Amino acid sequence: MSLQTPARTVPPSGGNTASDDRTPPRGGITGVTTRSRILVTGLLVAAAGYFLLPVYWLVVASTKSTGDLFGSFGLWFSHPQFLSNLHQVVTYDDAIYLRWAANSILYAGVGAGVATLLAAMCGYALAKFSFTGRDTLFNVVLGGVLIPATALALPMYLLFSKAGLANTYWAVLLPSFVSPFGVYLCRIYAAASIPDEVLEAARIDGAGEVRIFTVVALRIMTPALVTIFLFQFVGIWNNYFLPLVMLSDAKLYPITLGLTSWQSFADRQPQLYQLTVGGAFVSVVPLMIAMVALQRFWRSGLTDGSVKG
Amino acid sequence: MPTRAPRRRRKLAPFAFVAPFLLLFLLTFALPIGYAVHQSVMDVEHTGALGLGGSRTVFVGLRNYTDALSDHAFVRSIGRVLLFAAVQVPVMVALSAGLALLLDSASARGVRFFRAAYFLPYGVPGVIASILWGFLYVPGVSPLVEGMRHLGISVDLLGGDTVLWSIANIVTWEFAGYNVLVLVAQLRTIPAELYEAARIDGAGAWATVRHVKLPLLRPALILTTVFTIIGTLQLFAEPLVLKPVSSSIDSAYTPNLSAYNEAFTNDNYHLAAAEAVLLALAAFVLSFGFLRLINKRGGDA
Repeated sequence: MSLQTPARTVPPSGGNTASDDRTPPRGGITGVTTRSRILVTGLLVAAAGYFLLPVYWLVVASTKSTGDLFGSFGLWFSHPQFLSNLHQVVTYDDAIYLRWAANSILYAGVGAGVATLLAAMCGYALAKFSFTGRDTLFNVVLGGVLIPATALALPMYLLFSKAGLANTYWAVLLPSFVSPFGVYLCRIYAAASIPDEVLEAARIDGAGEVRIFTVVALRIMTPALVTIFLFQFVGIWNNYFLPLVMLSDAKLYPITLGLTSWQSFADRQPQLYQLTVGGAFVSVVPLMIAMVALQRFWRSGLTDGSVKG
Repeated sequence: MPTRAPRRRRKLAPFAFVAPFLLLFLLTFALPIGYAVHQSVMDVEHTGALGLGGSRTVFVGLRNYTDALSDHAFVRSIGRVLLFAAVQVPVMVALSAGLALLLDSASARGVRFFRAAYFLPYGVPGVIASILWGFLYVPGVSPLVEGMRHLGISVDLLGGDTVLWSIANIVTWEFAGYNVLVLVAQLRTIPAELYEAARIDGAGAWATVRHVKLPLLRPALILTTVFTIIGTLQLFAEPLVLKPVSSSIDSAYTPNLSAYNEAFTNDNYHLAAAEAVLLALAAFVLSFGFLRLINKRGGDA
């Protein structure tokens, strides 16, 4: 709450700074000198430069022709032709790029949605019912958080190819449905925020367990659920190893795999360098905007998880 | 009898709630681990003269493990990610904590903008981040290399000694902002009275950081460190994408790359399975060991 004080007084568009000087120092720390303020701001600006540099490069590069991509200074515009680049990206090879984008949306959207619901059910049960094997189950799930996903992908491929599931949409979707971290977060959140009295009252009123879960529990757990959905969505969207291992048909590729397949052919077909850069720009910008817009949801869930961790 | 049916349903309810997750968890976690362990102790044996008499899969015990651990390239790849982790994990955690404290400090302005700027790269998939930074590393294309050349500094960001740290830079760039967000969120939970008390005790800004903020950041720092350790050992996409532009990256540059290569280039699934099991074990031991070390209460994670 205290952090918001300075943030709120500075308009995002960098308004007048004169009035900001009257902002009372937060946290009760007095004696903020101009020098330390300049130092802190300088460090923050330098860090912002570091994090934004490649993004800026991408913006500039996405407007260039293949020739200018290699022949002109990387951090400044040269004969911008963004629209014709964009047109090439979306029409190349029968518009395969759009198909990859749709696949990514399918994998990430459906995967994250199902994962969130399953984690909510499991976490809620772990928090609000006592049953045999409950602690064992929770510990096993915690162990799952610690296992690197890429160590699982290879044996999963062998297993799925035996079952005829490799190189299908299911090969990427099924593993996306499972979020041990989601279960962990839901258990902690449900334990802290759903009062037993409310559940008891609902039971006395004759409500069934499923109804109590959907009407009472899901509603109270919404902030945690939003966080899990976002985590899982970004995780699936950014995943590379699993689809790389599972998929051989380019029509099933998500955008990450599609772009690297373009990049890997680029020595023979230099035009693909420009398509890779343009395609990366188109795929990254919407997610970045979403990221900034949804920041507050990430935060609300993150603390719930880490405070008790 | 109206009460008996609901009571029985209530006994069954938790199992019904847990079942879908548990089923998929078994399918995508337990079963692959079991299968990998099984595959790792088997191997294909060729029979007949010159091995032309057909092949069968036989139990070979730990042979794939000893093969993996006596393969210099694989052992070097493990050493490489451990070295990588030893540098990258502290750098990442220190950078994130530093930025979080700066953002939280009394003299920070435009907090919202900076936080958003730092968090942006988290939305960039690792492969795409590697493609971007790849362009910023390649001599002749990179404005960075070019700019430094103008200043009389010649660096080869893709050379044998440097490319590992160029990869570390990509990983740090991707995830530091996310960690900053976690840490800032934790700092926000510190009650104002604590700052008040510290001020009355005469603590300056630095003393407040040391004695109030850092101790209360501990849980979030632990979380951040564990996730960074797990992420580090999985290193795959970044070296794979940089491989075509750096002759110092081979197909066994990281354990993951090695396992992938064994399985899909050399068709040696059994050795690949052993390598995957070793990798999972290492990640598990390291992160669990770290939790143990940090957590005086022991198993209570």
